Amino acid sequence: MKKKKSRDNIVSWILSAFLCLVYLFPFYIILMLSFKPKTDLRSRLALPDSLYLDHYIAVLKNGQILLAIKNNVIIIIGSLLVIVVVGSLAAYPLARVQSKWNEWIRKVFMGIMMITPLTVLVGVYSILSRIGAISTYWGIILILSTFGVPMSVYLYANFIATIPVELDEAAAIDGAGHLATFFHVILPQLKPVTVTVIIMQGVNIWNNYLFTHYVLQKKTMFTVTQVVSGYFSTTSSDYGGAAAVAVIGMLPVVVLYLCLQKYFVQGAMDSAVK
Amino acid sequence: MKKKSFNLFYIPALLLVLFFVAYPFANAFYISLHKWNGYSADMTFVGIKNYVRMFTDAGFYRTLGNTMVYGFASTVLNGILGLALAVFLNHDFPGRDLVRTIVYLPVLISNLIMGYVMYFIFQYDHGALNDLLALFGAGPVDWLSDKTSAVIIITLVNVWQFVGNSMIIFMAGLQGIPRYYYEAAALDRASAWQKFTYITWPLLLPSTASAIVLNLIGGLKLYELIVALTGGGPAKGSHSLSTLIANEYFSSEKAGYAAALGIFSFLFIMVVANAANGYFRRKEQELS
Repeated sequence: MKKKKSRDNIVSWILSAFLCLVYLFPFYIILMLSFKPKTDLRSRLALPDSLYLDHYIAVLKNGQILLAIKNNVIIIIGSLLVIVVVGSLAAYPLARVQSKWNEWIRKVFMGIMMITPLTVLVGVYSILSRIGAISTYWGIILILSTFGVPMSVYLYANFIATIPVELDEAAAIDGAGHLATFFHVILPQLKPVTVTVIIMQGVNIWNNYLFTHYVLQKKTMFTVTQVVSGYFSTTSSDYGGAAAVAVIGMLPVVVLYLCLQKYFVQGAMDSAVK
Repeated sequence: MKKKSFNLFYIPALLLVLFFVAYPFANAFYISLHKWNGYSADMTFVGIKNYVRMFTDAGFYRTLGNTMVYGFASTVLNGILGLALAVFLNHDFPGRDLVRTIVYLPVLISNLIMGYVMYFIFQYDHGALNDLLALFGAGPVDWLSDKTSAVIIITLVNVWQFVGNSMIIFMAGLQGIPRYYYEAAALDRASAWQKFTYITWPLLLPSTASAIVLNLIGGLKLYELIVALTGGGPAKGSHSLSTLIANEYFSSEKAGYAAALGIFSFLFIMVVANAANGYFRRKEQELS
């Protein structure tokens, strides 16, 4: 029995080593590029001769990426506030009342998830420019929230459906209206699903490029993906700088993931299984 | 309960949807019936001409074909590899959690940035893959200069990046199957394959359904990865509907045609996703 177990482990480790190789290779390449001088024309696979930090120093001195991280944080906090409040509010009646109207609402939200943002981009742009929201935090926050709300409604509705309806009824007997019941009975129980919404939507917003690229046109408003993309398309010979800025752009998400892994995985599971 | 006041809860969400989805969507439909360059005041009504042009354009069919590869091939590969990974990483061995962590990592990274990183691998001049081939005295190969290989590489990178998602979905499903089902099957001397086909596979149906629908929608919308890896090239050969829309609108200044493509893309994804959803719902009812 013991022998079988150890043979099983060896097979598992060989498979695991292969997986790690395939999955870490691109990260290895980008790290190596960012730590090698431009003049190093050896194979991309080679380790640098010495730890060369000039790309990072240049990128940080330029400051654009740091400003972009600040912009990302502001946009994420604003959007998540809207997504959590608007999403949980809309999910409450959806989870509690079975009606034709609610069936229709559910379909609308599902439909939004199937729209390529490019289909509506022109209309979104024209409405934003009419209300003076191009290159503003609130403009991009409204757009990213709108496309984040359907997923959060879905998650909140599924979760609220598991909260016993007797709690609502008890509150109603005490004379509480729907709004009071929502804030005093339902909202306090939504913590676990809110963590999921924050993680899933936070990552989505951090990584968004399609909307930020067209809505945020002032350089000082650029987000992380915009700055990384700028480095790649304009400084075509400066691969080291582009690699360094890509590494810095990925770092916050990677660090958060490694620290809060349990929540990320739980979030991914919750958002998939009905 | 009073239903009327309950409906007030929808107002903030519906307002957002009205301004930033419904209006822009209607606007796109309106534009799709016109000839317009995207910025001038000069807009001529052309009826369904843009749609006619779409269905008679060879480039459109090639793009549609690519989009189906990105959508369907990614979904099939994600399903098979995701399930295999989930089964493998669900059984216990030392170091398992580390492997899970690593495989899931790229899911969280921007599709665009991952595309740029991959460009350094598939690049002709000094790409990492060609450097690797050189170690064995082979290559170099110009990976992204051929339409077919560009489409295949984009699909594989997409699967590489997001298979972790399917893995997690299947893992959640596997952990929901009660252990005693397997113990009972073991008493009946069921083989590993029988256990899989009679217990695991049918009970995983809800997970399969969500993995497939999720991957279909994601793959059919694919945009950023293509922008980063090929920009739709060579010779517009790797465009998806999404990148073609952007290309027609901003580079070719054919806003009317781009809008028609956008409307088509939405209808196409909706039909495919609804068909998949309906199929799985019927399947689940048959089984229960």
